[in-house]
Amino acid sequence: MSTDRLHAAVAAGVLGADESYRALLQSIVEVARAIFGARASSVFLHDTETDELVFEAVAGEGSDELVGRRIPSSTGIAGWVLVTRQPLVLEDVSKDPRFARDAAESTGYVPKALMSVPLLHEERALGVLQVLDRPMRAGFTLQEMDLLGLFGNQAAIALDLLQRARQAQAVLTEDGGEAMAVARVVSHLEKLEGRPREAGLRLLAALDEVLRQP
Amino acid sequence: MAEAEEQPERYTGEALPAWSLPAAASSEIDIGVEWPERVTREWAWGGSTGAGVTVCILDSGVEPAHPLIGPVDGAVVVSVDAETGEASIDEDDQGDLCGHGTACAGIVRALAPDCAIFSVRVLGAGYTGSGPVLLAGLRWAIEQGFDVINMSLSTTKRQFAEVLHELADSAYFKRTVLVASAHNMPVESYPWRFAAVISVGSHEENDPQVFYYNPAPPVEFFARGVNVEVPWLGGETTPASGNSFATPHMSGMCALIMAKHRELTPFQLKSVLFLTSSNVGGET
Repeated sequence: MSTDRLHAAVAAGVLGADESYRALLQSIVEVARAIFGARASSVFLHDTETDELVFEAVAGEGSDELVGRRIPSSTGIAGWVLVTRQPLVLEDVSKDPRFARDAAESTGYVPKALMSVPLLHEERALGVLQVLDRPMRAGFTLQEMDLLGLFGNQAAIALDLLQRARQAQAVLTEDGGEAMAVARVVSHLEKLEGRPREAGLRLLAALDEVLRQP
Repeated sequence: MAEAEEQPERYTGEALPAWSLPAAASSEIDIGVEWPERVTREWAWGGSTGAGVTVCILDSGVEPAHPLIGPVDGAVVVSVDAETGEASIDEDDQGDLCGHGTACAGIVRALAPDCAIFSVRVLGAGYTGSGPVLLAGLRWAIEQGFDVINMSLSTTKRQFAEVLHELADSAYFKRTVLVASAHNMPVESYPWRFAAVISVGSHEENDPQVFYYNPAPPVEFFARGVNVEVPWLGGETTPASGNSFATPHMSGMCALIMAKHRELTPFQLKSVLFLTSSNVGGET
């Protein structure tokens, strides 16, 4: 396979990967929220360039406006969990004045209870998974802690894939973006059938002829 | 014969090197502790309040004057210059950045009401600076000679493992007990995996003095770590769970024992913890 075709194939693979992995993360926070019966669940990604935590997927309360919002990496409970690699479960933080203010400012919603687990992949801490306000049926159990750890592992794998896809995308667009442009056309073509597809292929063949060096 | 032979040099007990033991010295080794026939909880910490023992909370800081903690005997913040790598230790007037260090200090205080508590804040510098700050803070705490250092935190970065290992060993030989939170997720992290520290996981019972010895390490002890009512920011409390709350329970027990038996080395202390564990012989 020529380098160009390899390039195009990789680009086609990368295209849309971001969306798929985000969907995977979204489904993880939704399942976590459902299983714990919680009001909300979210995944933060640690942006190493800016040293901030970014909301990458949110289920439940605040899900519409939170994705993309950033908070400093070493303050608050999510920051503590990221830096120390230790999971943490707190049943009532709403009385803590600093937490309540920070939460209200960043999310508009002040949770009472929160479970927070670091997302670890090999040596790296990629982010944090939080589950907010699970019903206070009874005290927390070690079994729930293990469950939280399992979700944490799953979210860490999804986050790792998402980061890789973004890095690959960045590499491909660095080269003037040709590979990504071709990949986009290929992905449009793949969705077509019958005559439109044939027309598209003819158009591409013609373009190839025009652009081919004499 | 006695006249012809030179007197062997007397062992003074203080000079290094300590890697050989002259024949005459064996009877003069001072074990420092009168070991009873059976080590009981009563012998180990009965009547102790932790008085005279120093406990360092290496964490997010400790809230000053929290009603459940009272006075903190000292608080510093650690920072590391990003370019030179030089560490600075400064007086800390920020209190606690998250609540976690306050919770750990409160657990120790509840078990050992008269121990001295020192806060060494290693958080707040941003995530990227956290590894070097953690190492610098631990190194400084060991140099101060605290009796107990509570580390409810860990790192997964291998590049720090070797230095952490050396620091853990140097603490062990300097009679500073490092008590470190284990991970309850399948990842390699440090320093809790090192044999020189006391590593702690959680059990679900609600008695703060119940702890179990685990014969299948790397986690060596399980202490109370689920639904613990802990001090939090703003003079408040919250029920909290996690190995990071089990760890200060073991630190508190260490403080109680060390206050009563000042001469214990970390090895001896660990033996006392084993013998008084709830699943070994700790019911009396």
